[in-house]
Amino acid sequence: MKYFNNPDRLVSLLWQLWQGLGVTMSLFGFTLLFSLPLGLALALLRMSRHKALRLPVQLFILVMRGTPLILQVFTVYFVLPMIFGAAFERLTAVVIAFVMNYAAYFAEIYRGGVQAVPVGQREAAHVLGFARSQAFMRIILPQVIKRIVLPVSNEVITLVKDTALVTAVGMVELYRVARNAASTVGSLEPLFIAGAVYLLINAVVSFLFNRVNRYFSYYQG
Amino acid sequence: MLQAENITKRYADNKVLRGVSLRVDRGEVVAVIGPSGSGKSTLLRCLIDLERVDGGRIMVGGETLVDSQAGGYAGKAALRRVILKMGFVFQSFNLFPHLTVLRNVTEAQERVLKRSKREARERAMEVLDKVGLSDKASEYPYMLSGGQQQRVAIARALAMDPQMLCFDEPTSALDPLLTMEVLRVIKGLAEEDRTMLVVTHEMAFAREVADRVVFMKEGTVRCEGTPEEVFDHPEVRAFSSQAPKP
Repeated sequence: MKYFNNPDRLVSLLWQLWQGLGVTMSLFGFTLLFSLPLGLALALLRMSRHKALRLPVQLFILVMRGTPLILQVFTVYFVLPMIFGAAFERLTAVVIAFVMNYAAYFAEIYRGGVQAVPVGQREAAHVLGFARSQAFMRIILPQVIKRIVLPVSNEVITLVKDTALVTAVGMVELYRVARNAASTVGSLEPLFIAGAVYLLINAVVSFLFNRVNRYFSYYQG
Repeated sequence: MLQAENITKRYADNKVLRGVSLRVDRGEVVAVIGPSGSGKSTLLRCLIDLERVDGGRIMVGGETLVDSQAGGYAGKAALRRVILKMGFVFQSFNLFPHLTVLRNVTEAQERVLKRSKREARERAMEVLDKVGLSDKASEYPYMLSGGQQQRVAIARALAMDPQMLCFDEPTSALDPLLTMEVLRVIKGLAEEDRTMLVVTHEMAFAREVADRVVFMKEGTVRCEGTPEEVFDHPEVRAFSSQAPKP
């Protein structure tokens, strides 16, 4: 018990963890902010009737889902600067890699959601004179959202934990702070405290998604 | 009102429609009967551009939907005009589950016909009243029986003020009791001298309500005429005697 019986040390650790948490949450927030809409755009392209739009996106999704996220982070942070000369700021590079990766997963979740809406819904919109885009926005998309809440919650929970990967490019976030403290003091306590923080965040995420899910139970089908 | 000439349609090697012609005059109720797989539903779906024909000509209210001899399918604007001339009722209702009954009926009025909220609501309550469901306006489709859902679907089609109504086996997903309640509504509409095209397996209904009956088999029209003539045709007699009695 190197921390729990030493209040000064504990307070100092908590302060550092708090700062690390800031980095973790910005990565988390920016990734969601951009990957959720980008995923929708990718899903629409992936479902396009035109091969020229569909195939590149299909390839992109294959690569993003088929290679390790950590390798993608390395690529954006180390390899792209070699090609383009200018380097990204660390957080920017990491966010770009995360957004591309998560957008690929979200795209497939959305696509599954769209395909799960019965074809009769599209047909009913068609015979009522809705244009395709109107039908999608007013009739299909609201029903897709209900169907994707739970699969999206899985990804979001994974994202909370994946943020710890960025220690690999030297970013100091929640997990890195804990690991540094653990090795300095020679105790696993900081890591367990960090674990508890991740758990707490995901408890909140789960709670919110359950609320959203319950909201959509106002209708069936 | 509606004229379809020499329609052909195939899925791979399966020739679903082998040169079918059909005509519906203004104010006329036409029933299309025939065994499953005879192409009735496919024909109906071609008329409102849910399926594309391989050949033939379709005219609705003076507007050409498709003419394979002259330029194929009409442009977007003309397609839309044709679609709006017709109301379509599906076998599986296809109500929008995330919208209340009222919004099922108002949504297209507002978005497609650009009616005001108020106007759409008034028209919706009128047609819901006509199908006897104005008291269900604030419920969601899943709360309704199949028969009620189909009546809402009919109201939804009526609210768009189409010149013609198409029914694609409107009672095939319903039990006999619910079938009766839906047929009563359709019969009420027929009595208003509306132009209607009904694909159905309800022989008694076709006999009673239709001005003209078309019997289809294997992708062709085998015979057509008044209900008396058609139900007297030997092939139709053989078919309808196999059909379950209502």
